[in-house]
Amino acid sequence: MSIDQSTAAKVAKLARIKVEDDALPALASEFNTILGFIEQLNEVDVEGVEPMVSVEPMRLKRRQDEVTDGNQQDKVLANAPDAREGFFAVPKVVE
Amino acid sequence: MSDLNKLGLADARDALRKGDVTSVELTEACLKAIDDADALNAFVHKTPEIALERAKAADERIKGGDAPSMCGLPIGIKDLFCTKGVPSQAASKILDGFRPEYESTVSQQLADAGAVMLGKLNMDEFAMGSSNETSVYGNAVSPWRRGNDDAQLTPGGSSGGSASAVSADLCLAATGTDTGGSIRQPAAFVGITGIKPTYGRCSRWGIVAFASSLDQAGPMTKNVRDAAIMLETMCGHDAKDSTSAELAVPNFEAMLTGDIKGNKIGIPKEYRMDGMPAEIEKLWADGAAMLKDAGAEIVDISLPHTKYALPAYYVIAPAEASSNLARYDGVRYGRRAQLAQGDGITEMYEKTRAEGFGHEVQRRVMVGTYVLSAGFYDAYYNRARRVRTLIKKDFENVFAAGVDAILTPATPSAAFGLGEMTEADPVQMYLNDVFTVTVNLAGLPGVSVPAGLDAQGLPLGLQLIGRPWEEGDLLNTAYALENAAGFVAKPGKWW
Repeated sequence: MSIDQSTAAKVAKLARIKVEDDALPALASEFNTILGFIEQLNEVDVEGVEPMVSVEPMRLKRRQDEVTDGNQQDKVLANAPDAREGFFAVPKVVE
Repeated sequence: MSDLNKLGLADARDALRKGDVTSVELTEACLKAIDDADALNAFVHKTPEIALERAKAADERIKGGDAPSMCGLPIGIKDLFCTKGVPSQAASKILDGFRPEYESTVSQQLADAGAVMLGKLNMDEFAMGSSNETSVYGNAVSPWRRGNDDAQLTPGGSSGGSASAVSADLCLAATGTDTGGSIRQPAAFVGITGIKPTYGRCSRWGIVAFASSLDQAGPMTKNVRDAAIMLETMCGHDAKDSTSAELAVPNFEAMLTGDIKGNKIGIPKEYRMDGMPAEIEKLWADGAAMLKDAGAEIVDISLPHTKYALPAYYVIAPAEASSNLARYDGVRYGRRAQLAQGDGITEMYEKTRAEGFGHEVQRRVMVGTYVLSAGFYDAYYNRARRVRTLIKKDFENVFAAGVDAILTPATPSAAFGLGEMTEADPVQMYLNDVFTVTVNLAGLPGVSVPAGLDAQGLPLGLQLIGRPWEEGDLLNTAYALENAAGFVAKPGKWW
């Protein structure tokens, strides 16, 4: 499996990381090095082996579906790059 | 008493209890050592006011007579732990200015026990690295040097600041975290002890997430007894982490008898890598001989899927990272990129993440995105998770056959120079974790113990891997190894 520049651009887009066009060849080449390393996994016979979800066979705990926290608007917004009138502010999303 | 910063946790605790020293005195000695060591770039956010306030409170508590072991002991906290009101940015530009409104469970437990936080420690960005060279704060530097050569060496990574600070006696001990070897590799590089406990022992709540199925916190200390003391305080069930184990935490220190008679120690043949330096091979053989002299039985074992651990890790860890790091979007916390006229929300995400994440983090997020994308999920991600099952099975088989612990080298080499790996491809750097990463994939406890020096005078470490939840027994084996190895070397002060 070889990654070309257009695939690298697509992956960058999916990851929401801006990559300039002139950086794509180097990025594609790094991906190919790493994926080449990962390809070794194809040597392993994994027929009938379950994919691991958790190292300890534990069942995630459940709790009542109820409000346990809240009324901390100022703390929630304290670290926001742009907060206005009690909300997170972002560029216009809907025209 | 002079040089109070050079004490370990146990010695300082005993001196505090006897009234020979106060926490304020210990803390002031460390704060001075920290201010004299800016050349190491280990402490990246200093918190002297918090430290002295906590030290005074600890002294009051110690006078009261029932203070816990960690009370009054000055330590450093890796920047990956959220600490209330104190910058916590995982060594990333994208969390520039972030001051959490909350405290991580592990650092809270340490604070509740009376431990004194001196400040935050350098690390690789988002714990992704093996040399502390991906940090937004710049490289952390090892206090060790190759003889009289003044080339700067890596303290290892990702917990490089923790390793450098403990080794240089800037603090009595430090917290670290370990996703693929990030406690054990730096501990080995600077000649200190570091343990990653069983997955689920320490709460992950409030620790910036890298790969959630692999991340564990642990102590980095000057000796095995100190590791036992600090680990006990860090462990315990936490309702805020659904993967934290509901198990009682034993008194690990009380389990340090040094008696390992009749224990079976496995030597895995697959860890004998091609091109392994002769010094590492000798260290490993010497370690086995020491454990044998102490009464253990040494047995050859096989962990057949070892070779596939690193490639499986470099699918699973980036996959989980790509998901965990999706939260850094420039909306809720951290740094947002400057936007141009007409930029919409997608441009905001893309510019913020391109500016805020360093090169290695971007690379891993994108690799993770790729292996999880439609059409490749089965071929990469699910296959890696199947291989992970096989790697864990390898260990289960060995433990079922009666092996109590496994002895391996901690790293494939001694510390390398900062900048020496710059030209290497990323996979070369990843090979640093070849002996440690299996332990994370299987969720097992692993401890790195300093065991010798190489020809250039640099520390080398051995790793012991234990059965799940048996950190006490593992630490006791490490204690026996420590006693036999008698490692006492310290770096000469040049900084």
